[in-house]
Amino acid sequence: MLKSLKVKSALLSIIFLVILLGIWEGANQAPTDTKPLTEYEMLMGGASQEARVPPPSEVIELGFKELSDPFYDAGPNDKGIGIQLGYSIYRVMVGFLLAAAIAIPIGFLIGMSPLMYNALNPFIQVLRPISPLAWMPLALFIIKDSEISAIFVIFICSIWPMLINTAFGVANVRKDWINVARTHQLSPLQTAMQVILPAAAPTILTGMRISIGIAWLVIVAAEMLVGGTGIGYYVWNEWNNLDLASVIFSIFMIGVIGMLLDMMLAYAARWVTYQE
Amino acid sequence: MSFKSLNNPFDANKSLLHTSDCSCPMCQAEKAGPAMSEKEKQAFIEQKADQSVQIKQSADHNAVDDSMPSNSEEMIDRAVESAVVRSVFGHNDFQRRSFLSMIGKGTAAAVLGSVFPMEAAKAAMKETMGLGKLEKSKLNIGFVPITCATPIIMAHPMGFYEKYGLDVDVIKTAGWAVARDKSLAKEYDASHMLTPMPLAMSMGAGSTAKPFIMPTVENINGQAIVLHNDHKDKRDPKQWKGFKFGVPFEYSMHNFLLRYYVAEHGLDPDKDIQIRVVPPPEMVANLRAGNLDGYLSPDPFNQRAVWEKVGFIHTLTKDIWEGHPCCAFACSKEFAVQNPNTYGALLRSIIDATEYSAKPENRKEIAEAISPKNYLNQPVPVVQQVLTGRYADGLGSVMNIPDRIDFDPFPWHSMGVWILTQMKRWGYIKGDVDYQKIAEEVYTAAETGRVMKELGYEPPAKTYENYTIMGKEFDYTQPEAYIDSFKIKRT
Repeated sequence: MLKSLKVKSALLSIIFLVILLGIWEGANQAPTDTKPLTEYEMLMGGASQEARVPPPSEVIELGFKELSDPFYDAGPNDKGIGIQLGYSIYRVMVGFLLAAAIAIPIGFLIGMSPLMYNALNPFIQVLRPISPLAWMPLALFIIKDSEISAIFVIFICSIWPMLINTAFGVANVRKDWINVARTHQLSPLQTAMQVILPAAAPTILTGMRISIGIAWLVIVAAEMLVGGTGIGYYVWNEWNNLDLASVIFSIFMIGVIGMLLDMMLAYAARWVTYQE
Repeated sequence: MSFKSLNNPFDANKSLLHTSDCSCPMCQAEKAGPAMSEKEKQAFIEQKADQSVQIKQSADHNAVDDSMPSNSEEMIDRAVESAVVRSVFGHNDFQRRSFLSMIGKGTAAAVLGSVFPMEAAKAAMKETMGLGKLEKSKLNIGFVPITCATPIIMAHPMGFYEKYGLDVDVIKTAGWAVARDKSLAKEYDASHMLTPMPLAMSMGAGSTAKPFIMPTVENINGQAIVLHNDHKDKRDPKQWKGFKFGVPFEYSMHNFLLRYYVAEHGLDPDKDIQIRVVPPPEMVANLRAGNLDGYLSPDPFNQRAVWEKVGFIHTLTKDIWEGHPCCAFACSKEFAVQNPNTYGALLRSIIDATEYSAKPENRKEIAEAISPKNYLNQPVPVVQQVLTGRYADGLGSVMNIPDRIDFDPFPWHSMGVWILTQMKRWGYIKGDVDYQKIAEEVYTAAETGRVMKELGYEPPAKTYENYTIMGKEFDYTQPEAYIDSFKIKRT
């Protein structure tokens, strides 16, 4: 029964996809020129240059071409999609790991100590809602390095969900477990590592999952702003050329990589869940 | 051509003359005559010189001093020594040789060195020839992907940087604010900028104050006012009340020319229309979306609007001010002072590239070289229409205006003064402005003129001139009176 439901839904998904692509394809066929063009028409690009959304066949064709040679390098402003994605993932990872290295210990601290929680809470509340991109001009000015600025922006946007979730997870560890630890005369460090950390781990990982999602959202915008390399730059460069097929293809790639990053953390979260 | 020998002038056994049977590499290259191009000759001479060094070195380890110079720098050293020694002996080679054989070359060199600053002369010679050792050969140069940047960009694929020993990465930049910040942060050694930017940056308008210099203008003309196709019947600027216009940057000729143009037609640019800063690549998309009614922007985005069938070209900026400056090549003063030889080589390659771009017969080839993804990332026909000046205007005609965009490196001080008057007029700078002083500090016209002459181009004899803009005279000696003469202004 369950299996047939899965098969049915998969089938339905494919049917939806085909219908959608069919409509898209049909509605966006390029007009063709019937008569020979005058010079003026040639300089205007002819009928095929009419502004329109490219049909899926064009996007798929382009995607195939890009993915068949993802790592070419034709100068500082023209690199393959694989290299661009690599740069973006690298920046996201560095910023994200730095944020984790700081957010998780501090989250632990404020989760365990109501005093620290109350003292730091105002800062968190003010800093958390600031759009990461708002930091960009300031970061560029102070750090004077666009690469590190981009990483800083990722860092600053990933830190809050991890911090808050860690604090929440740590604060909500069941009191009787801590009491049990106390009766076993575990040191505070042992209590933290052996009781609180495993108990709070699922919440911490949820925070990390939210963070990496936001970081991946932000990197595209940051790279569009700063330029140079990365998938955001790729989108910007193609927009510069008003090349919608490439823009659509890169949007799809951004979605795929975002999904993979999320799946990685979802998979990691399964490792740390426990049965009560 | 009168070559003098590059033999060691302190050696009594060597002749500094070239007789008909002379076997020195230069004479041999000359004898080969027209069969060799200048470049081949150069290579041949250097190769021969190398060989003679090796032969001498293997024959006698102490004879290195007598060797032929092996690179261009040593050649200049030797040429300077030679010229000084020859002049001491009244160009009489016999006297020189007999004198040297009496006192010996070491003593002679020491005596001469004590009365003549030989090393300084060599350094000065290299400086003027632009052949000193490059302090830095790997450079990053930023550019915004528009046709104004043509010389900066095309110098890369067409090898103009290489010719002067530079290894340059030209890096595409998302907009001028980023180009400014990356220049201030020293990520870029030099950058494509707008002519008002180095003035504004040096004065600290819109950024922290840091002295920047602008050795060359990139392009003159090359901009246009583009309107949305819906406004085909509104060709009179008086009908533009309430329009939203885009310009690429506040401190830009685009902003100042648009303001000037509408103000001359009686519209106040701050009240009657809206001027928004929109990065060039986003202009067409914003025009299509109806977010803008028009823009004064760099090409290829004017032509691109026509190509996309979104807008038409209302007027070329060339018809507002024939020969107005637009984009510039600029770097921090610090970079130029710390790396004089690199700066010199860079200046030469940019001037060369700009002059090359100015020739109409090269434009087609350039359009193809700069259109790929790595540079402008635009369709070739669009770039070609811009550079050749044979274009569709979006209203049904094919226009033929070869100087729609032109390239001229000379940074007129008077252009700087005009830009400053407009910055003052619209309130971007306040208080007393020493127009000529600032223009002269930032626009290094004298040095550019010197280098242009050296490279065989004809620089203007003066650095100031008056302009007529939309029929109105601009007198560079009376900047304040010029500002006062406008009806619409902020100060």
